[in-house]
Amino acid sequence: MIEMLVNMLSMCIPFSVALLLASLGEMFNQRAGVFNLGCEGMMAMGAFIGMLIPFSAGGGGAVSQWYNVLGFIAAGVLGAFLGLFFGVVTVTFRAPQGIAGIGLQMFGVGTAGTLFRHFVGGTQSIPGIPDISIPFLSSIPFLGDVFFSHNGAVYLAYLFVPLAWYILFKTPWGLKVRAVGTNPRAADSMGINVSRTRYEALMLGGALAGLAGAYLSIAQAKMFSDTLISGRGFIAVALVYFGHWHPLQIMGGALLFTFAQTFQTQIQSMGISFPYELAVMLPYILVIVVLSFTSRNQTTAPTALGKPFNREIRT
Amino acid sequence: MTRSFRIAFKVAVMLIAAVSAVLIASIILWMIGADVGATFYTICVVPLTNSLHLTEVLIRAIPLCVIALGITVAYRSGIINIGAEGQMSIGILAFTGVALAFPDVPRPLLLPTAFIAAVIGGGLWGFIPGILKARLNVSELLSTVMLNYIAAQFYSLCLRTIYLDPAEQGLGAAGTPQSMRLSENVWLDRISGRLHYGIVIALVLAVLIYFLVWKTTIGFRMRASGSEARAARYGGINVAFYVTLAMVISGAFSGLAGGIEIAGVHRRAIEGVTNNYGFSGVVVALFGGLHPFGILPASFFFGLLIYGATLAPSRVGVPANIVQVMQGVIIIVIVTAQMVLSNAYLQDRLWRKLQGMRKKEA
Repeated sequence: MIEMLVNMLSMCIPFSVALLLASLGEMFNQRAGVFNLGCEGMMAMGAFIGMLIPFSAGGGGAVSQWYNVLGFIAAGVLGAFLGLFFGVVTVTFRAPQGIAGIGLQMFGVGTAGTLFRHFVGGTQSIPGIPDISIPFLSSIPFLGDVFFSHNGAVYLAYLFVPLAWYILFKTPWGLKVRAVGTNPRAADSMGINVSRTRYEALMLGGALAGLAGAYLSIAQAKMFSDTLISGRGFIAVALVYFGHWHPLQIMGGALLFTFAQTFQTQIQSMGISFPYELAVMLPYILVIVVLSFTSRNQTTAPTALGKPFNREIRT
Repeated sequence: MTRSFRIAFKVAVMLIAAVSAVLIASIILWMIGADVGATFYTICVVPLTNSLHLTEVLIRAIPLCVIALGITVAYRSGIINIGAEGQMSIGILAFTGVALAFPDVPRPLLLPTAFIAAVIGGGLWGFIPGILKARLNVSELLSTVMLNYIAAQFYSLCLRTIYLDPAEQGLGAAGTPQSMRLSENVWLDRISGRLHYGIVIALVLAVLIYFLVWKTTIGFRMRASGSEARAARYGGINVAFYVTLAMVISGAFSGLAGGIEIAGVHRRAIEGVTNNYGFSGVVVALFGGLHPFGILPASFFFGLLIYGATLAPSRVGVPANIVQVMQGVIIIVIVTAQMVLSNAYLQDRLWRKLQGMRKKEA
């Protein structure tokens, strides 16, 4: 029983990284008042470019770890660039954010698919990144396997959770982000540049979404395919609601949803036969159920979420 | 401002969208080293050159048109339905279910019954996000996307189990997950090539939607709920009811589109029938200016793009995904251009300038 639990937990933690990073990014966007539904597209682009760099360096064989690092960096930069683009559309031109996000999602997934077919072709795998067992800590029974025997990106991603909390709640920039998402007019009258802050938040969010995508292709699946993201971008958006726009609660949500996603493998390993499709449905059903319970009473939601700010129009 | 000026304005938005889609797609085509001119020629012109291609374009325009009409009803009522893909799958399952259960019932009875089943199935799948939005304020964007994934899994579950063709049953994993060929009593007749009478249904539905949304009380109330919910509520309109109703209608149209696709084209339930029509339908609805008479040409145009893109891999070596890129760009540019151009000051300034020019000429 304990062994099973250890297996389950040590599987959930590395698999939760993509969701975690993407939803922390989305949290910054939404805290600044921008609802970014294009997260899925950004992740697809990040996953593609992240996989392309180690693949073209090594042709699918072993490569220096620096190429993987370069893949992550490229994915982050590309994501930030897409965030900038989304900022032009939703902040400067004040387009409706929901539908523009759908456009960005189609654009990202479509472009990643097109470029993938040209530059890579079919299913090609890359070596990925190795697990790093932290000395001493990983030899602790139970805890060692669960927490200290993952690949390097996992530790960095989880270190980012307290960092995100610190940025959002303890730095002047975090205060600005929360101000423009809560009451942009008041922030504007205090001399905060609303558009600029929203742009910055979108770029940070985009970079994190790109990294999340690259994590999926480089570290988790070790390949790219059209269905690699399969709704994780949308689940990340829902997770932000579930986590009440707070990094620690979002982390809890990411673990919960990863558990639902890996549920299929879990029960298979227990030897219970259960229709594969029903198990795959589980996280999506969970999103709807969770949203039904959390959407009604949103006292913690940024009040300006989804509302473009226009200095010239009184509200 | 005259009516013709407003229409010209809308047309300008569409043109800007089309031009920027072409530009961005060209950049991507250039990146993958394809012949840009030849690619656009293959996608936009080749399908028009012979009647066989043309019927294939129209076949793709039919589900796009029906789905876009449903999306228009929802959009005008203030709820964005991006769940057409899932609603279509459920419609297909309902249609096929009826056809498989009663293969011997005569056609005048069976065909309408199967279509009604498709409508109910899709409507039910639209009802879920509608009621969640109206009662619990759940974002319809998220709930419809999730329902798409759920429907897709449910669809393949059904194809692998209860709907599975008896001929495929013994094959295990090697078999194709598909239903058996449906009884001829649920087929829609074909006009030419694979083109079927669904095109008549689509045209009739377009007129029907025009009357429903713009000429009836229900339509007025739905549009009122969509344009300013608080004002509508103050005017005594039950906004929650009309938003849910719009979503049910929207889902029903997507379900019907699935039924038509099965009855006219595939004649059995199989993987890949929905073919991303649900998402393309959103683009068609926006490109058609959220109006039935704009949607008819828009669905032809996107039918052309989607069919043309299927020719692109073999003829010019360009992945068919390029059409998805163009669709994404078109959505973004349309909503942006609408925001910029719907600026009343800008419109007024432009209108005055035009008037001034006309006076000078006189």
